[in-house]
Amino acid sequence: MKRKHKRLTFVAIALLLLGTATALVLAAFEDNIVFFYSPTDLAEKQVADGRRIRLGGLVEEGSVKISGGAITLFRVTDLKTTVAVSYKGLLPDLFREGQGVVAEGRLNAGVFTADQVLAKHDETYMPPEVAEALKKSGQWQGQDKK
Amino acid sequence: MTAEIGHFALILALLIATMQATLPLIGAHKGYGSWMATARPAAVTQFGLVAISFGCLTQLYLTSDFSVLNVVQNSHTAKPLIYKIAGVWANHEGSLLLWVLILSLFGSAVAVFGSNLPPRLRARVLSVQAMIAVGFYLFMLLTSNPFERVFPAPINGQDLNPLLQDPGLAIHPPMLYLGYVGFSMAFSFAIAALIEGRVDAAWARWVRPWTLAAWCFLTGGITLGSWWAYYELGWGGWWFWDPVENASFMPWLAGTALLHSSTVVEKRDTLKGWTILLAIITFSLSLLGTFLVRSGVLTSVHAFATDPARGVFILAFLIIVIGGSLALFAWRAPQLVSTGVFQPISREGALLLNNLIMATAAAAVLLGTLYPLLLDAIGGGKISVGPPFFNAVFIPLMVPMIAAMAVGPMLSWKRADLKPALTRLWTAALAAGAIMLAAWALFADGPVMGVLGIGLAGWLFIGTLVELGGRLQLFKVPLSDSFSRLRRTPRAAWGMTLAHLGLAITIAGMVGAGAWRTESIQAMKPGDTVTVAGYEFTFDGAKDGKGPNYSITEGTFRVFKGGKAVVTLNPEKRIYMVSKRQTTEAAIHTTFLGDLYAVVGDQDPSGAYVTRLYFNPLVAWMWGGVVIMVCAGCLSLTDRRHRIGAPAKSRAQGPVTAQMAGA
Repeated sequence: MKRKHKRLTFVAIALLLLGTATALVLAAFEDNIVFFYSPTDLAEKQVADGRRIRLGGLVEEGSVKISGGAITLFRVTDLKTTVAVSYKGLLPDLFREGQGVVAEGRLNAGVFTADQVLAKHDETYMPPEVAEALKKSGQWQGQDKK
Repeated sequence: MTAEIGHFALILALLIATMQATLPLIGAHKGYGSWMATARPAAVTQFGLVAISFGCLTQLYLTSDFSVLNVVQNSHTAKPLIYKIAGVWANHEGSLLLWVLILSLFGSAVAVFGSNLPPRLRARVLSVQAMIAVGFYLFMLLTSNPFERVFPAPINGQDLNPLLQDPGLAIHPPMLYLGYVGFSMAFSFAIAALIEGRVDAAWARWVRPWTLAAWCFLTGGITLGSWWAYYELGWGGWWFWDPVENASFMPWLAGTALLHSSTVVEKRDTLKGWTILLAIITFSLSLLGTFLVRSGVLTSVHAFATDPARGVFILAFLIIVIGGSLALFAWRAPQLVSTGVFQPISREGALLLNNLIMATAAAAVLLGTLYPLLLDAIGGGKISVGPPFFNAVFIPLMVPMIAAMAVGPMLSWKRADLKPALTRLWTAALAAGAIMLAAWALFADGPVMGVLGIGLAGWLFIGTLVELGGRLQLFKVPLSDSFSRLRRTPRAAWGMTLAHLGLAITIAGMVGAGAWRTESIQAMKPGDTVTVAGYEFTFDGAKDGKGPNYSITEGTFRVFKGGKAVVTLNPEKRIYMVSKRQTTEAAIHTTFLGDLYAVVGDQDPSGAYVTRLYFNPLVAWMWGGVVIMVCAGCLSLTDRRHRIGAPAKSRAQGPVTAQMAGA
């Protein structure tokens, strides 16, 4: 094989790999991107039942109820609209009433069934999505960080 | 006083670094020997100054000096000693100080041990190191000063995030940083070589051990982080494709590629341009990783800072470093002449294939990590890209690479034949088939991917052993001959074999824990029994207790299998007194075939506790495989040619060639 041909072989392999990767990325994007909604978004936009989404807001004070079968019921609010959430499992350590939360799951006849609840921020720090959702609903009371 | 000394030492270090970044570079260009000679003492002095600064911050933490903001925010008098020390680097400012400490340590190592380097190259390397350091010193002094005072001083601190108060996580950041910063050496050497316009085997012999050491630390650091997530977060998982994890995984992928391509430069004097490019990419990803995690763009336990001034600085710094080095590469790389030629099917070809796949995988991970940020920045809405995306993209890319990994080491340099290599691998194919059948019989209801994955791990494991057997001429020559070949095998070759075996074991562990995990979530009252994967977990209730700076709720599970007691598990829930934060301590019982994993949660009104029970198969294999890989890297580091500096080719190869001629 001539030097030029050898180089071409590697260029071809590299292109093939990149092509494969692009195809994989595009296919995976289509199925696996999860959009973020605030409770108000959820009420305004028609979100199909069964589509995987993220819902973020504050855990409404006094709304957390641990019912039987390890299921926790609570409401997520942006202080304008509220959405009922049901979640089976252990809540994360930082989950608390009145604090920011992001839940991932599906909407099911008006109730959001979460299979993942994230509260990974620390206590002084609001998840940015939630902060923005609150600003949009005009209920933001925290001070803007410099 | 201590804070001021630390602050002042940092400013002096900045000045020294500025001098070290300019004088030797000009000296090397103009040929002024005395200018070049300033680099070595400057590098050592710089390290001394940063060490003083770091020592001061540590002292402030040890004495709980709450007139310093950083200590107030991250420490507390009631905190155990080890976490006072770990607290130094468990925050944004302190971790940057650790970063420059390691950077200057490595720089002074080149200065002290680099006597056998050509003076020009050494001067340029140290100068590039100093440029990186200047960026970091400026960043710290302008936006993230760890010595900032607070007035009036509060009586006590706000304590360290309890999730971070953990022995595994205390050493996770230093390990990770040793890895990140280790790649800065490869970067500095790459930039110096580009300025010089020359890359040769001696250059590669210098770059390789640094890359190898960095790779070992990074591998260890990532694994510690993953292990921490496994036992501390209580979700039973070990890898979440969280952006923070990806941030450390991308340099690992690129660094692994660099490790393999630097071998080609050293042994075959080719792939030079590509290796230089990889060195630049690897370090750029390390920088990106450091800043992604520390700048607060990511929502996670790691995000400490939310200061836009920092973000702007970081962006500018990244653009200068990455853009500058890539521009230099585009300008100078055509001058690098490679002498070695090779056919596509050859050891070089196989290593290049590895490189291409690793680079593609790193690019895919980068895309998945940054895409949500970019989309948000241009107002395209908030999205998240989770594990399903990464699994769907990453795993298919890795499958051909692992399949090729068993074949590659069997190919000879320069030109090889695929057929004899594949013929030798029939045992591996057979073994992989047998393993897949066994896995399918055991886990018929599990995912098909699991069966394929475990087969692939078997293929790699046996294939690597076959290659080793071939190298030792096992069963072809008398056993004593094989043994003497075994003893003469260079340590670097052992490193390769062991690292590949370790990876095979790790893959088996990942497949096991990923595909065949059994999970059970329920509310349990004392006396209840739940069966998970054949193990009966009996809940005996929970009681309250006290730790050094937290109170606990401790649950008790007795685990039986077939009526026989296996183990008693005591998962905890901790509430830290200062911050009132909760953490979950999972109870894990590790066996050869899998981990029993129990977590206890809140109590519901009826008095039942929410519990999460898992059986995670083969998890121990995952950690064990990584330990083998890191040990293999360390073994390879002690190879003769790294210690002596010159390859002892004639001695190592002489007798073998003679024997082959005789056989």
